[in-house]
Amino acid sequence: MTVNTAARPAVLSEQKPRSLTETRFRPFDLVFKSLSVLAGSITLAVTVGLIGYILVKGLPNVSWQFLSGTTSVLNDTVGILPGIVNTLYIIVLTLIVAAPLGVGGAVYLNEYAKKGRLTKVIEFTTEALAGIPSIIYGLFGMMMFNNLLGLRYSILSGCLTLSIMVLPTIIRTTQEALRTVPTGYREGAAGLGASKWHTIRTILIPCCKSGIITSLILSIGRIVGESAALIFTAGIAENLLQNVFTHSLQSGASLSVLLYKYADQGDNTTAFAIAAVLVILVLAINLSARFVSARTKK
Amino acid sequence: MTDVKSSALSKANRAKNTIETVMNGIFFVCGAASILCVAVIAGYMIVSGLPAIQEVGLFNFLFGTEWAPTAENPQFGILPMILTTITGTLGAILVGTPLGLFTAAFICYLAPKKLRTVLTAAVELLAGIPSVIYGLVGITVISPLVANLFDLPSGATLFTAIVVLSVMILPTIVSVSVTSLKAVPQEYSDGSLALGATNVTTIFKMNVPAAKSGIITGIVLGVGRAIGETMAIIMVSGNVVNMPNLFGSVRFLTTGIVSEMSYSSGLHRQALFSIGLILFIFIFVINLVLTGILKKGSKQQ
Repeated sequence: MTVNTAARPAVLSEQKPRSLTETRFRPFDLVFKSLSVLAGSITLAVTVGLIGYILVKGLPNVSWQFLSGTTSVLNDTVGILPGIVNTLYIIVLTLIVAAPLGVGGAVYLNEYAKKGRLTKVIEFTTEALAGIPSIIYGLFGMMMFNNLLGLRYSILSGCLTLSIMVLPTIIRTTQEALRTVPTGYREGAAGLGASKWHTIRTILIPCCKSGIITSLILSIGRIVGESAALIFTAGIAENLLQNVFTHSLQSGASLSVLLYKYADQGDNTTAFAIAAVLVILVLAINLSARFVSARTKK
Repeated sequence: MTDVKSSALSKANRAKNTIETVMNGIFFVCGAASILCVAVIAGYMIVSGLPAIQEVGLFNFLFGTEWAPTAENPQFGILPMILTTITGTLGAILVGTPLGLFTAAFICYLAPKKLRTVLTAAVELLAGIPSVIYGLVGITVISPLVANLFDLPSGATLFTAIVVLSVMILPTIVSVSVTSLKAVPQEYSDGSLALGATNVTTIFKMNVPAAKSGIITGIVLGVGRAIGETMAIIMVSGNVVNMPNLFGSVRFLTTGIVSEMSYSSGLHRQALFSIGLILFIFIFVINLVLTGILKKGSKQQ
């Protein structure tokens, strides 16, 4: 029996099928329907309330001086420029390490590896990496990079830790993008005599470019929000960037870590101002992720 | 003449083959990276976590009720923290699951189209908000509210932590549930409606049970997030090592590590790593459970 289900959802969304018995009063239906509506409204209210509260409390204190200055007890100024620069620096450095590794891993899983025990183990460990809480990453990074490799509290150490953390995001999203590339493309390339690497370089990677970009945006979101892993590895210093290369060996706090630092000192005004900046950043990241994935669907 | 040509061709071929082999190797290394990372992390957690457990004794460490690492006669019992983590996670799941499940049902079936888009975006946004921000709002809004409502001297309690955690795990539960509800075949609801069930009955007696394994996955992921959450609850839970008490100040496993790491040394520091190891084992067990559920789910299909 084949029913043409493909055409139906479009019709459904315009006019839902109504059951003939729907006219009778049913307590079960009423209770569950109102619970759903209630839950939906609570979720919406919490989100809107949270974002609204942060923006209302934080935005008045966000000034140009706040964004472009540094914190100084002597001059009695509060500024988050070092935090902004450090956040950007951490994002770039982390992605430089994690992106090739993650995309390469996804390519290996999808194009090279035969379905078997090895792929299963890789997939399981990727899941496991995604589930490890950031505090464990922090502990591990501190032991491995700060102490064993002698990097001390440094941005580089934080970035290496974060690259492991975002690896599963990049692998999974890229793998999904690779799966959507039709097999015909690969067969066509092979038929023309292209080698595997040539196919990957010229056909597969360009085809899932927007999938890879989405995975990078998602990773940026995670890096921006991270604090527990960075406190132990990159530390809480607020140094301005002096030299692009040696900066990675200095300690530096990202915006989230700074927020925690100020909140911990009881300076909630500054903390809320940073929170407002972060929320705007997160909004921008979400919007760009939506934009990229919407373009893919077209 | 032909000899030269074919030798040049074979040279090019050989170069091509070398590139192929090299790239194959590079991709293999990338693929194996996650195995290596997990192995190294697990190894490190065990190596650095075991010494303190050996010194204190596994039983005393896990079931000791007193945590006094800097006392003259130091005590390293983490039972209060373990129980707090379990209670806090359970509480968050008890609040977050119904809220998340009903929200997912609302998004999938009952909401008007515009509201659906808005809600989906809202949930995505909620997932992206950094945990320090949850903590900040927790101490400035929820904590005073809890103190007022229950007439407590301080609002930094387990209850506040549970409220914050439930909101934090909400997006995980909602998005995974929505995905699995959407995957339920249309024929199921068609059949149910054809048999005379109402729309709401169809949703909750047909579609939700059909998406069960996906929904459970969402809940387990939520448990993982709640257990591992650190920065938000360190700000709202009061941070005193007590047996879990809904309206008392408590310390979780995760916050136990953060709050003392900066000034610890010697056995004390090693004990903090041991807490990390216990946490790691918790998470790993949850992961295994998750894989089990997913396997079962894929077998059913």
